Amino acid sequence: MMQKVRVKPLMPPGHVRTPHYLRGKAGVIERSLGAFPNPEDLAYGHDAPALPLHRVRFRMGDIWGPDTPNPDDTLDAEIYDHWLEPADDAP
Amino acid sequence: MAEKTNPQEGTPSKNPARRWHDDPARRWHDNPARRWHDMGGDDAGPVPTDQHDFSLWEKRVDALMIIGSAKGYFTVDGLRRVLEDMGEDAFETMTYYERWIASVNQNLIEGGAYTTAELAAKMDDVARRGLTYGDAAGAP
Amino acid sequence: MPHDHHDSLSPSGHPYRADDDTPLSYWQTMEIAVRELLVEKGITSPEEIASQINTMDARSPANGAQVVARAWTDPDFHAALMQDASAATRDMGFDIGPLKLIAVENTAHEHNIIVCTLCSCYPRNLLGLPPDWYKSRAYRSRTVRDPRGVLAEFGVTLPDTTRVRVHDSTADMRYIVIPARPSGTDGMSVDELAKLVTRDSMIGTGVARQP
Repeated sequence: MMQKVRVKPLMPPGHVRTPHYLRGKAGVIERSLGAFPNPEDLAYGHDAPALPLHRVRFRMGDIWGPDTPNPDDTLDAEIYDHWLEPADDAP
Repeated sequence: MAEKTNPQEGTPSKNPARRWHDDPARRWHDNPARRWHDMGGDDAGPVPTDQHDFSLWEKRVDALMIIGSAKGYFTVDGLRRVLEDMGEDAFETMTYYERWIASVNQNLIEGGAYTTAELAAKMDDVARRGLTYGDAAGAP
Repeated sequence: MPHDHHDSLSPSGHPYRADDDTPLSYWQTMEIAVRELLVEKGITSPEEIASQINTMDARSPANGAQVVARAWTDPDFHAALMQDASAATRDMGFDIGPLKLIAVENTAHEHNIIVCTLCSCYPRNLLGLPPDWYKSRAYRSRTVRDPRGVLAEFGVTLPDTTRVRVHDSTADMRYIVIPARPSGTDGMSVDELAKLVTRDSMIGTGVARQP
């Protein structure tokens, strides 16, 4: 069974690689990719701990709302583990 | 007192306890932490079709980016961070490789490759060599 | 003093786009200064810079087309490519550096399209530098919300029964689309098939050519 996750609706300043349009949105982990150095640390020249990185698949309807045309089209994005939380309540 | 139409310095935002994602109308346009580069989902015109051939100076910028990164002076996220911090105006007024040389340079200074004073002197020297790229760059 | 410097030639023998005769810009001045400082400090050399430019020039959509054509014709390679596209591509002999590549495949029922909304990430170590439109605000902004509208501008119209899968390159992976093999290509050689594979078909904004 696919693991349901939600992108945390955080809004820190500075360099992050989690797109705004996905924050707060729920999807499923399409595959996990291994651990990669955290770009939020790399951006400032710090030693960066490696974090699990996941490809998360979202339904277009879940990102843009039920009125979106072709709501079952999908969007995949790579999201670092610390931006994800379980979303067992998601449809 | 009449409500001000423009927020004044020091005036707290309305509804400070409300979280940004609770309000769809505010979500796209009023979020101070959503920056210019994070443009996924925005409205925009048709995708432009014009294409330019890369010039030698652009290819050199690209090479300096790869070499500086490979030698550990910066990371691609360090480059992105400077580009993002430039703001939207730079995206509209500078070309892609103009932004990239600015970011490569800043990262090299931050990484200790050379100092701002050294860069200033070298740029002054380069600018005195001639009026075109070819004159100033010398032999390829 | 005569100005007898020559335009350098790209590896293909064509001149680089002329930039010697336009007024020297501030940012070009910076590029020259940065490059010379790095050489003076011993961080790099003119030869290393030239070599890096040649390496990038050697990368082009033709490389990806070879990968796609082989995937169309070699089931074992196809399986390896879908499992680990970086390893499969390296095994073909392509110098892709540290590129971490994922292959996504178009079928009769699925169409994949690649974008990078946050910057302009692209599988450059296989396909070369991205086209200008890939870096444009319009493509970066709209592809994740209206992929079918963007595709229509590229002349690709898909039925509602085809699932569109958009891939936003937000982190460490890069993507290549394996376009569907055109009909009427049975018996064609790998080299013949590779000629049908366009750059845009590997980004997902196009489909492979019909022979």
